[in-house]
Amino acid sequence: MATQEIVRLEDVWVRYNGTPVLEGITLSILEHDFLGIIGPNGGGKTTLLKVILGLIKPQHGTVLVLGKPPEQSRRYIGYVPQYFLFDRSFPANVLEVVLMGRYGRTGPFHRYSQEDVHAAEQALARMGMLSFRDRQIGALSGGQQQRVFIARALVAEPKLLLLDEPMASVAQDVQTEFYELLDDLKKTITIVMVSHDIGAISVYVDKIACLNSQLCYHGSKEISAEVLEATYKCPVQLIAHGTVPHRVLKEH
Amino acid sequence: MLEALQYEFMRHALIAGLLAAVACGIVGVYVVVKRVVSLSGSIAHASFGGIGLGYFLGISPILGATFFALASALTMGLVIRRTRLPEDTVIGILWAIGMALGIIFIGLTPGYAPDLMSYLFGNILTVPFSDILLMLLLDVIIIGVVITLYKEFLLLSFDEEFGTVVGMPVERLYLLLLGIIALTVVVLIRVVGMILVIALLTFPAAMARQFTHSMKKMMVLATVFGMAFTFGGLWLSFALNLASGATIILLSGLALLCSFALTGLRKKSDK
Repeated sequence: MATQEIVRLEDVWVRYNGTPVLEGITLSILEHDFLGIIGPNGGGKTTLLKVILGLIKPQHGTVLVLGKPPEQSRRYIGYVPQYFLFDRSFPANVLEVVLMGRYGRTGPFHRYSQEDVHAAEQALARMGMLSFRDRQIGALSGGQQQRVFIARALVAEPKLLLLDEPMASVAQDVQTEFYELLDDLKKTITIVMVSHDIGAISVYVDKIACLNSQLCYHGSKEISAEVLEATYKCPVQLIAHGTVPHRVLKEH
Repeated sequence: MLEALQYEFMRHALIAGLLAAVACGIVGVYVVVKRVVSLSGSIAHASFGGIGLGYFLGISPILGATFFALASALTMGLVIRRTRLPEDTVIGILWAIGMALGIIFIGLTPGYAPDLMSYLFGNILTVPFSDILLMLLLDVIIIGVVITLYKEFLLLSFDEEFGTVVGMPVERLYLLLLGIIALTVVVLIRVVGMILVIALLTFPAAMARQFTHSMKKMMVLATVFGMAFTFGGLWLSFALNLASGATIILLSGLALLCSFALTGLRKKSDK
């Protein structure tokens, strides 16, 4: 069986008040890809994820997720938004937040079933957060909240997981642990991860794309210094991947 | 207080207070958590247009208020969702237009507008039986909707964007929630008046939030607080011969400030 195409974007253009944010993006994401998208802040990374989710309608171009418009295939997408500042005293516990991810399966008017609760507990266990089940969501640390939000995305049993700057609120010392978790997840799920931090992302992802309004992607992990510089509009450090990851600093 | 119960108006007042506490306890939690306090204030003030229309057409002002509250809630909801006008601008516009319409309608109505003060500032002692029936009906609708859509409203309050992603009809639910707030405003008008409605919508829920992190418990607690405030305020106003609506609000405001102070002290001693 041929590898299934999970996402297909063709010549996608998005403008905000006339300013182009995405310019002619064409991208194909295949099953079991672990794609990292890097680029500067304001380069359109979040917009690209929202286009895939169907939250933003492009002015031009086609978006297909699992061969259908995103609205119809959203239930197969798990989405972990960039750390958002919800009210810290919001009256909901961790389990209630994870259950929100089951909404697409449960549907309107029905209560969450025992099966839903069981799935939510499993997702929490997978994230190592089961013991926090009854804690108030706002009382957790940024990294713990991030895990809960990933559990919320996983509980819908998605085929595609979209992560928006997942490291932003994770403390340095637990980032490695976090990447190992993703390493485990990528065996079963296609993952797209967006980040402005080139160094952190490049060790674990299988493929890298650069995005700064325009997308540069060759379906591999090799990126040239020229591409990076064109993306960031300044000299950057380049990471080479051998048996031991090390950094090569380009002179500038 | 007990001998006061032999008066029919006192029994009506207690029932009205109970119905008001249930509505403001449940819906107030959403008002506070979803941060639509000023939006709710605008719905309350815009309903004055309906009170004026009621006098003008010779129908029950409370029916006019129900219509205006619902219409202004839906209008504001749609404008906020579908245009780029800032939310607080929309809130200010509807707030003022509704009040102005009410004043014009009352001016156009020949003769004296009886009871006008009780709609503005509330008078729990003069609630007629027909209004109690209306309040009961609205309470039943509010409770029914909140029980049916509890998980939807929780997701709507917490993370609208994620709601859209998992396929929830976010805009329709938002409009429905505003509609429920509008009905609650109508329930509360008779008790504290449209100008003070916003206090009963926020104080009990804000106080309940100090004691629990569960939305359901918050609703139960807010209802209990709402009852304590309305009954306590009613008794105080009776004993001291003060305006009932304002006494209820001042009592709840005082209780809220005390609870804030206590929570602050408790947090300090924890450290």
